[in-house]
Amino acid sequence: MLEHILRRMGFGASPADLALWAGVPIDTVIDRLLNYESASTDHDAKIGSPEYVGITTSAGNPFSANTLINDARQRWLFRMIHSQRPLEEKMAMFWHNHFATAYSKLAGAVGQERATRLMDNDPSSLEGSPAGQIQVLRQFATGSFPGMLLAMAKDPAMVYYLDSQLNTRTRPQENFGREVMELFSLGIGNYTEADVYAAARVFTGFNWQILGDRALATASYYTFLYRAADHDTNAKTFTFAIYPDGGKTIPARAAAAGEQDAVDLILALARHPATARRLATRLYQFFVNETSVPDAALVNAMANSYLGNNYNIKAVLRTLFQSQQFRNPANFFQRYSWPIEYVVRAIKETGWTGFTVNSVMTPLTNMGQQLYEPPDVNGWELGPGWISTSSMLSRMNFAVTLAANQRFNLARDAQPHRATPDRVLQYMLARFPNMGFTSTATNAMTDYLRSTAWTGTDAQLQTRVPGLTRLIVGSGEYQFN
Amino acid sequence: MSFSRRQFVKGGVTAFTFGFAAPQAICDIAFAQGAAARNLVVVYLSGGNDSLSTIIPYRDANYLSRRPTIAIPAANVLQIGSDSSRVELGLHPRLTGLKSIFDAGRLAVIQRTGYANQSRSHFTGFDIWGTASTTNTSGTGWLGRYLDLQPKPVDALVAWNTQRETPRPLMARTVGVPAITSPATYAFSSPNSGAEAGYERTAQTRISSHIPVDRPHLAFVNSTAQAALGTLDRVATVATYRPAITYPNNGFGQALTAVAGAMNKQIGTKVFWVQTGGFDTHATQGVNQGAYFNLMATLGDGLKAFYDDLSAQGLMGSTLVLVYSEFGRRISENGSAGTDHGAGANMMVLGGAVNGGIYGTAPNLSLDPANPTLENNAADVKFETDFRSVYAKILDSWLGTNSVTVLGGDYRAGAPSFL
Repeated sequence: MLEHILRRMGFGASPADLALWAGVPIDTVIDRLLNYESASTDHDAKIGSPEYVGITTSAGNPFSANTLINDARQRWLFRMIHSQRPLEEKMAMFWHNHFATAYSKLAGAVGQERATRLMDNDPSSLEGSPAGQIQVLRQFATGSFPGMLLAMAKDPAMVYYLDSQLNTRTRPQENFGREVMELFSLGIGNYTEADVYAAARVFTGFNWQILGDRALATASYYTFLYRAADHDTNAKTFTFAIYPDGGKTIPARAAAAGEQDAVDLILALARHPATARRLATRLYQFFVNETSVPDAALVNAMANSYLGNNYNIKAVLRTLFQSQQFRNPANFFQRYSWPIEYVVRAIKETGWTGFTVNSVMTPLTNMGQQLYEPPDVNGWELGPGWISTSSMLSRMNFAVTLAANQRFNLARDAQPHRATPDRVLQYMLARFPNMGFTSTATNAMTDYLRSTAWTGTDAQLQTRVPGLTRLIVGSGEYQFN
Repeated sequence: MSFSRRQFVKGGVTAFTFGFAAPQAICDIAFAQGAAARNLVVVYLSGGNDSLSTIIPYRDANYLSRRPTIAIPAANVLQIGSDSSRVELGLHPRLTGLKSIFDAGRLAVIQRTGYANQSRSHFTGFDIWGTASTTNTSGTGWLGRYLDLQPKPVDALVAWNTQRETPRPLMARTVGVPAITSPATYAFSSPNSGAEAGYERTAQTRISSHIPVDRPHLAFVNSTAQAALGTLDRVATVATYRPAITYPNNGFGQALTAVAGAMNKQIGTKVFWVQTGGFDTHATQGVNQGAYFNLMATLGDGLKAFYDDLSAQGLMGSTLVLVYSEFGRRISENGSAGTDHGAGANMMVLGGAVNGGIYGTAPNLSLDPANPTLENNAADVKFETDFRSVYAKILDSWLGTNSVTVLGGDYRAGAPSFL
């Protein structure tokens, strides 16, 4: 149960994590993981310390996670592995997929340094610079959904990704207006083409600007800018209620007050029952089970928690995590691990001494999930969509990279069990929690350990234990979370 | 951006479980038949191609007036003549390669394809084109249903997806399509070497051979792993292909090189899926340079290299390439010198057996709301030819199957006669 909780509310557990939580009542574990606000945020300070997973800087450069995208990716992986607030990073991933924005489009426009800040800037790194998109998503991770939706509408990375800066009163442009309803809130089928055109006009004037020392890529940054002169001041009428009294028309207002249009529309989208159902379903599939039809009662309860608690995400999560369904063993390992979940869990369970997260960059790309680079505004294709012959080979080959790197640690850990192959196998299957192998698979593993006569020598352990690690971590059974 | 993906059939992953990894004997049969087999290469332009910029009605006064900053001047287009309604048409100036294929009589352009009440959503649109259904857009794909009709057991490489994720059109009930993004990196590594690496491969193959019917999702993952292991060696032969023609050094060119390699090595694959993205041109499409110009360079240069490579080997006669996108774009440009999501668009078919030429009629771009060639208050192009009739023609006349069975309806009427 503890391992399940730590896999779902975080990214899995290292042996040290399990020791830390051992004996703590499950309700307390869940409560502490959910209410993480008082937990330490010192993870970044640990980067570079030898007892944690390593990072690799590019030749000659100091580690610079706010201005170099590869370093930003390493920092995020480091946090997933070592953060004291695993749910914060888990929800940041969930929202990154929901508000999918791709770094490459930004970098093409403003260069690597500013684009990296747009994606995940730590405001303390540069006076005046705002939090990057993922950092904003962390801040809202379990907070107000309309607050987050508005923050995304005004997030300069999102502004540019969906062309809001080009959306003006004379020639409205529909990219953001469409996706905010189709993908970020209501879902398709709950609005019309006319609503798309009206929504585009709502967001006219949303723009971005560069501030700071513009001559220096590392000392300048983008912020949101509302350009009143570009705002369409006419009334906008929708097919669904915008106001609690049922009114469907955002009134004409002065350009200077035009930002209120977006606030009105976003509140309407956030309180729409279709949004409540859609968010509840997505969270259910993310945390409980995505291999069978969602439990209607729990999804309803989650949607009601959302609607009854000011559209607060933590209220939804509380209902979810306190449910019987969340703890039902029938729901264990009923999610396909996202590549990032697979990689981080494998590192936590295998070990990281002498391992750098830089070496997971190419494997993650080959598995289909590069951080800050979702394939399109709809995010990644989840569930079975992660699995193809090519991505399975990438997963199997990542298991090899990790097992080869941890060869001596793995062999050392197996030494107490060296008497027989069966004992080694039992130890390893317990070390890497999984949905359960049948005898077909375990026989294949035992036969593998006995490929040549079993001696249990150090040399044999150093060959076969990494080999067994790759078989388990690369197996179908291990791909589920 | 690319738009390749949609959710799998909910709770129905069993549909994609079995049929991967046929016995070696069947692979050998497919290998023997490879040279004689016909191939279909589907090229998907993701993002919604602005096909009015691909095949341009350059004399239409409304084309120029509705696109003041992005219209291609008449002097620049590559003229290909007029359609049956006497609208003069030209290819985008950067499509010099496609122009030569058109001149050789091997490129068919089919104007105003689509369907009634066309979706302006990338994702729904892609699924409608993929399933060939406007009502059940979460089911199997039209190519997947064709693969399901192949005699059992089906060879594991009967189809080849050059993308990492399985697109809707390839989703089948009984056939899993391998994703092979790069033959060179499609390999099984090991922490050990020599015989030890072989022991691991044997064991991993045995572990993945467990296909439990009561655990369909595990069965799906294991059968995928098994298909990967079972196709490694044949794909490795494709990695050795060295084309005599230089392909463009981009993802599209690399994918087409792999496709040509599979044909050259007589793998026996019948259906290939290739895509190229960036067509969601909401902004700054450009005219004689810029975003759309570059898209046309990628598309045209890639297809031209592919066509020349296969032609020189005598393989183009057994190859058919279908090019499409999920929707066309708004006729009038938007405020950002780009175009928003629209409706009807053009498809293209090329190959050694294609009756080249212009099919269908161009839209009249007049803003009159009663204009019968447009819809949405004359904002978007209205379809004239149902896209499924193009599929039907390919299924019946090229792949030799029954299009009514595959498409779940008779779409043969009105099919353009490009084959």
